[in-house]
Amino acid sequence: MKQFDYVQPKTVDEALASWEPNAAWLGGGTNLVDLMKLGVTQPQRVIDLTRIPDLGEIAFQENGSVRIGALVSNAALARHADFAQHFPMVSEALLSGASGQLRNMATVAGNLMQRTRCAYFQEETAACNRRIPGAGCDARDSDEEARALLGASPAYVATNPSDFCVPLAALEARVEVRGANGTREIPFAEFHLLPGDHPERETALADGELIIALHLPAEAAGFAKHARYLKVRDRTSFAFATTAAAAALRMEDGIIAEGRLALGAVAAKPWRVAEAEALLAGQAPDTALFARAAEVAMVGAEAPEHLEWKIDLARRTAARALAMAAAGTPARMPALPASTFGHQNGDLAHV
Amino acid sequence: MSLCISLTLNGEARDVTLDDPRVTLLDLLRERLALPGTKKGCDRGQCGACTVLLNERRANACLMLAAGLDGAEITTIEGLAVGETLHPVQAAFIENDGFQCGYCTPGQIMSAVGLIAEGDAGSDPERIREGMSGNICRCGAYHGITLAVQEASRRMAAKDEGDTA
Repeated sequence: MKQFDYVQPKTVDEALASWEPNAAWLGGGTNLVDLMKLGVTQPQRVIDLTRIPDLGEIAFQENGSVRIGALVSNAALARHADFAQHFPMVSEALLSGASGQLRNMATVAGNLMQRTRCAYFQEETAACNRRIPGAGCDARDSDEEARALLGASPAYVATNPSDFCVPLAALEARVEVRGANGTREIPFAEFHLLPGDHPERETALADGELIIALHLPAEAAGFAKHARYLKVRDRTSFAFATTAAAAALRMEDGIIAEGRLALGAVAAKPWRVAEAEALLAGQAPDTALFARAAEVAMVGAEAPEHLEWKIDLARRTAARALAMAAAGTPARMPALPASTFGHQNGDLAHV
Repeated sequence: MSLCISLTLNGEARDVTLDDPRVTLLDLLRERLALPGTKKGCDRGQCGACTVLLNERRANACLMLAAGLDGAEITTIEGLAVGETLHPVQAAFIENDGFQCGYCTPGQIMSAVGLIAEGDAGSDPERIREGMSGNICRCGAYHGITLAVQEASRRMAAKDEGDTA
């Protein structure tokens, strides 16, 4: 690990004042410290935010919206009883990610800032336009499975690995950030950037801006009874998504009043398509309907020949997530959150 | 630079001076505080061998900068037993063959202690397996590990009931 200057501000203002180009904000450290050890990230200054007292609260507002402090841990948020009741698919996504240890350490803001898990980004000797602009992209002609099917550019083909961000996109969260020019809120759809011509730019944050909190609107709780996150992965637990989907339905008298659908692990940001959601509104839940919505959500998907299966898998994942949402949010978090496996006839689902 | 932190380490107050902000909690424990029970496996948060309790919650010591831990309460495998009396999780691992080579075992046991305290898994083997997925055992002692966590969970629940009765 390269040497760095370590500072521990006590307030947000102090933190903002200690920013300099090539500094890094430190929250839980689960991603940053790992990348620093690999040499992928080499900050000259590490600004440890964990001593700032007012970033760790989960606060429901009178209007039913919720404000989640940037330093709330994944585990604390997922297991917060009121939060899990109002936004169950967010809890399910959080609990399907990483491990018990990592969820205790990882933070809400850190998850939004999580870097891609593309092997070529994490390998210092490989060419990666995100790590070094203009260096090239060794992933493009590789067999890397963590590859974007949508919204990729010739310069960058990797995905956003977050589970948490997928339901946040579907539920239209907002990101509260503060910088030298004051506080602003960024709609979730605008927070992560597609690579385009600037794959080195990952988010809408300006240099030196800091995430203060995350907001979920009150309307998002209207989906609580029919909301699921589904994640297909290489092993049963503790693996990043191969494909994922967050599906939420607001039901009125057996009819879908409003549907939300976001796909994970298929692009550099959670993928949400208005036309796919529009198909659901006013319809009765039906597997053929869900298959059509999934088809529309994946319009424009491209993959090299050896990864064509992933397009089909993403469609099926989305359709199945919608069917699971229609069946209803389970009263208790499943033993295997967001899993394709589950209890059947009281037997163990995997042995 | 030189930075001083105060820790409560296995119940004992310790003042530690760090000459380098890059030192992880794992390296601090093993290399500087003579507590090698916490193991280094992958050093990337993927194997769980370095699991300790930080303020009573399980965490990977390899991904924590020690400099940030002033005031923290840390429990390692060395802090579980009371004198010659093993912690119920330690005893259950022995009784259920919850290990073969033993390298991952301190992390497995600390993770199990954290999991049982979280209170979601109970003695449900499926929830225990999911809850323990952050700890890899390359000998493949998972069957015994699951049995051990089930048994420890039952015993500790029974003891809690006994204590409050």
